[in-house]
Amino acid sequence: MSTAPVLDIQGLTIPLPRVGDRAHAVEALSLRVAPGEILCVVGESGSGKSVTAHAVMGLLPPILRASGGRILLQGEDVLAAGRARLRALRGSRMAMVFQEPMTALNPVLKVGAQIDEVLEAHADRLNARERRARVLALMRDVHLPDPERMAGAYPHQLSGGQRQRVMIAMALANDPALIIADEPTTALDVTTQAQILKLMRELQARRDAGILFITHDFGVVAEIADRVAVMRYGRLVEEGSAAAVLRNPQDPYTRMLIAAVPDAVPPPPRPRPAPVAPVLATKALEKTYGGGLLGRAGRTVRALDGVTVALQPGETLGIVGESGSGKSTLARCIARFVDPTGGEIRLDGEDIAGLSVRALHPHRRRVQVIFQDPYRSLNPRRRVGPSIVEGPLNYGTPRETAWARARDLMDLVGLDAGALDRFPHEFSGGQRQRIAIARALAMEPDLLIADEAVSALDVSVQAQVLDLLEGVRARLNLAILFITHDLRVAARLCDRIVVMLNGQVVEEGETAAVFANPRHAYTRALFAAAPGAHRAAPAASGAAPALDDVP
Amino acid sequence: MMSRFIAGRLAATLPVMGVVAVIVFALLRLAPGDPAAILAGDAATPEQIAAIRARLGLDQPMLEQFGGWLWRLLHGDLGTSIISNQPVARLIGDRIEPTLALACTTILFAVAVAVPLGVVAAWRHGTWVDRGVMAFSVIGFSVPVFVLGYLWIFGVAMNLRLLPVQGYVSLAQGFGPFIERLILPTLTLSVIYIALIARTTRASMLEVLGEDYIRTARAKGVREPRVLTRHALRNAAVPVISVIGLGIALLISGVVVTESVFNLPGLGRLTVDAVLARDYPVIQGVILLFSALYVLVNLGIDLAYLLFDPRIRY
Repeated sequence: MSTAPVLDIQGLTIPLPRVGDRAHAVEALSLRVAPGEILCVVGESGSGKSVTAHAVMGLLPPILRASGGRILLQGEDVLAAGRARLRALRGSRMAMVFQEPMTALNPVLKVGAQIDEVLEAHADRLNARERRARVLALMRDVHLPDPERMAGAYPHQLSGGQRQRVMIAMALANDPALIIADEPTTALDVTTQAQILKLMRELQARRDAGILFITHDFGVVAEIADRVAVMRYGRLVEEGSAAAVLRNPQDPYTRMLIAAVPDAVPPPPRPRPAPVAPVLATKALEKTYGGGLLGRAGRTVRALDGVTVALQPGETLGIVGESGSGKSTLARCIARFVDPTGGEIRLDGEDIAGLSVRALHPHRRRVQVIFQDPYRSLNPRRRVGPSIVEGPLNYGTPRETAWARARDLMDLVGLDAGALDRFPHEFSGGQRQRIAIARALAMEPDLLIADEAVSALDVSVQAQVLDLLEGVRARLNLAILFITHDLRVAARLCDRIVVMLNGQVVEEGETAAVFANPRHAYTRALFAAAPGAHRAAPAASGAAPALDDVP
Repeated sequence: MMSRFIAGRLAATLPVMGVVAVIVFALLRLAPGDPAAILAGDAATPEQIAAIRARLGLDQPMLEQFGGWLWRLLHGDLGTSIISNQPVARLIGDRIEPTLALACTTILFAVAVAVPLGVVAAWRHGTWVDRGVMAFSVIGFSVPVFVLGYLWIFGVAMNLRLLPVQGYVSLAQGFGPFIERLILPTLTLSVIYIALIARTTRASMLEVLGEDYIRTARAKGVREPRVLTRHALRNAAVPVISVIGLGIALLISGVVVTESVFNLPGLGRLTVDAVLARDYPVIQGVILLFSALYVLVNLGIDLAYLLFDPRIRY
């Protein structure tokens, strides 16, 4: 193919305002995307990949301005384009799909109207009826069911996958030459992610658009990329065909990133002590939402439907499932943040499922939770130290003791004791999650619940935090309930795995056994959908069912 | 579903009004001051005052007075003024037009000015436009209504002779004279609401403009005015509507001072006069009316949320 590139970035440099930890967000970056090609730009947070994408779209905040280089979109320099010209290009010749389909759509406008708006803003030649027909055709193209009805729906009435399909329909509306996809599947379930990736490949093959695909996940790269560009600290580290980079990475950083992707192969089972009394045992746990006070039949949702799990000291139990599976509800019930509607939760044999708030108090200390988003789970206005000692002080620990323990914990989680005097915003995501772990451990719990605790972190940081959890478990003989949607992560850390679907446990077993021989169709579908599954020799080879077969 | 919600809310009005009735009645009786003494004048003898008390029924036990008032109230009779001997309903009817007219022009003008100001301030965040709006709103909050009112009268009406100084002409006598006399009161009264609503709009818009879907709209090539109105303002509307509702409620007290300054024969003046004369039936009637209005305004606001945010369901 000798066709001219749709996107040609030449020596792009974007300085960072004043004193950051580095001078440039992007430095001397050159990239090309040919028509019909998918270029994956890979990097961790802060690598400059999103800044690059926004620079191409002309969507950078005013404090970030390119100081050098050119961004040629089909030969036209978008850096030199005026505001009106940029607006005309956006949504017509270049389009963007964002990461968070939950927040990227306007919540108060119908999705049909939001797709229509792209047409209205650019395709003046179409009248309202023609636009309506085109909107429905686009919705069919992205395989949205019943477009006539769905066009009149609001975003909150759609699932995450459907919303992302709406975003893609919006991006495709005017047949752009270039589509920028900024982590478009990161916020989605694995099975949904697999479907969206398939859709993007299908559409791109049909339309011959160039795609700049930003991701941090080499599993996704393996699924979709024609070529790969690896970025770090705003610079290009490595570039090449997907096959070459994945099989034979040149730069050590690339090698580290690829190695950090947990492959869906569990390590050999570690030797464990003989079974003792479980620290946690749930029996037929139920949580039903709805029903209502008025005794109306109404719609009820069974978030938990007879869940029975058990966990021993020193053991990690993985709860794997997609959004809506009930895995987070299970965590919240066990921590008694929500009240179960039936069944038992036994902590060291004592049922806490029905205890009143007052009677629960002494048990609270024993179950501690680490949440998904360390940016929001720490109070931004409090220093780290007070956040950590607050819990122990509530339970009567003397101030001196609590602070001494906080300093020890900083050491345990690999932070400096000086961190206690600083605010959460002064730390990176990984460091904040370490603080969250220290905060949980300060209570000297018997059971640690990690609710998607590494999902928001970069892969390399993810690996470090998993190592930390593993070390903490060994040292303190903790029981860890590890909630995750990511089988690859579960494989690394968990001794046993429970797979949940629609509030029920569909599969349970030793991690290695589940991976070697998944019995339930849904578990097999999860394996098949895991990004990079086709690259690593899949344990569930051959027998992977189509996603539609899953109930 | 919707009609059930509205019916439920209207039914809930009744106990609220009941509580208001009890409190108003009790508070007025507990407050010092005797309408009979005021009515009888400074030179009256205790016997004269006692006679007046007996004539007005003020010598009966409190509970009986309350029962009688409530009974008449349930039959649609607000009572009769102690001082002027006119039915309270008619007194209110005579005075309600200027108050409603001033309240409406004030709130309409305030919204029409404040919302665009707030939007532009948020859009041009950190520029002189933004700082100007913020400075104005600080001043708007700080200047008392009567000071502002006399400044307008002095400047516009007396020095420039552009508008009448004070007074009121009913809408029935022509729109021109009617609106002419409302301009200065409206300008006076609306300043604080402009400040309040503009600030709220700005804060709400600032938050919304940082949302992902605004970036999406820009990425779609949507024109900026449309981004601001269709995408941002609609999402920013709920807190703004709440404040507008609050403003309408506060207007009731604001109107009292403004009516005095501009000599408007409205409910505010009626209330002040009634309070000074301890004219119990009038005070009770006016307060009941205001609380009913307040409940209705709140219902209207809850319904307005529905228009702007499809996620809200009752």
